[in-house]
Amino acid sequence: MTGVLEGDIGIALVNILLLTVLFVVAIAIARLRNLFAIVMLSGIYSLVSATWYVVVDAVDVAFTEAAVGAGVSTVVLLGAMLLTSRTAKPDKKFARLGPLLVVIATGVMLIYASVDLPALGDPNSPVNQGVGLTYMQINWADTGIPNVVTSVLGSYRGFDTLGETTVVFLAGLAVALLLGFGERSLAESIRREGNLPDRNAASGAEAGKEEDAS
Amino acid sequence: MNSDHHVILRVVSKMLLPIIVMFAFYTQFHGDFGPGGGFQAGIIIAVGVILYALIAGVPAAMRAVPPAFTRSLAAIGVMVYAGVGYWAMLKGGNYLEYQALFNEPPGEYHGQHIGIMIIELGVLFGVSGAMLTIFYAFAGRVAEIRDKDW
Repeated sequence: MTGVLEGDIGIALVNILLLTVLFVVAIAIARLRNLFAIVMLSGIYSLVSATWYVVVDAVDVAFTEAAVGAGVSTVVLLGAMLLTSRTAKPDKKFARLGPLLVVIATGVMLIYASVDLPALGDPNSPVNQGVGLTYMQINWADTGIPNVVTSVLGSYRGFDTLGETTVVFLAGLAVALLLGFGERSLAESIRREGNLPDRNAASGAEAGKEEDAS
Repeated sequence: MNSDHHVILRVVSKMLLPIIVMFAFYTQFHGDFGPGGGFQAGIIIAVGVILYALIAGVPAAMRAVPPAFTRSLAAIGVMVYAGVGYWAMLKGGNYLEYQALFNEPPGEYHGQHIGIMIIELGVLFGVSGAMLTIFYAFAGRVAEIRDKDW
């Protein structure tokens, strides 16, 4: 048991370090007004939380967080930022008071609730005693797939995953219909003319030349 | 607008792009044994194309991976996934019952493996197609980003 205890201290230090970094980044995001810096910091926030998920053994979640949070959503937010202004408007002095009270109240309630949470990896916690344990026991005989996450996702909860895939598809469809499906989109002008659109003709023509040359 | 000062970015990303896509397929087909699967692999493929769009410009990326293709890919992904369910029904099982795909008794896992591999492919198509569609929808609205805008 001493080995476990020593490991716990090391991991606790890593946890404290990562959570401190998350806290500092969150404060910086709340205080900054430059949207570009905020988007970059939110990418950093995702990357640090992905690292933290690895520390608590949630590798699949970490994988997804790193790819979606730090990768795609940062780029999409950058694109959205370019459509609007580069800085947020400053708040009025007393407009911050209400949100601050709400945040403090929620934080106090969450801390109060966290006292009752089972310890991380506690084998007697409800999560590890109920359906989770059952999956671990019957998975190999049922599906013959070593990774329980995959077999739960694909086989036991196949309907859920079908629904999730449909939701992702619908999200893409909705964004495409709202923003860039029709005649005005860059894609349409490229397809029709086989060339760059007029809107950014000055810079675009040169870019086109470079690509032809290379 | 000369692109010479992006030469390091272009060279490095040119080396990284094949590795990114290969890692996506590793994530895809190794999902039975390790972390990962269709969602993650789809995102990683989309990130590879987005990286190309950031370096070479959105029009170049749209020529390489046309938006009509990404839209169709997203739809095809959902159809592949749902199709496995109908395949199981045609074989006399319930919807998405992989055991019925090859009419296997319990204890044989061929149908489970093949079924999950195909639905993960459907997820890969659906997610990468939808993510690229969203990216193109946003990026297509923005004029090329000039360096001084940063």
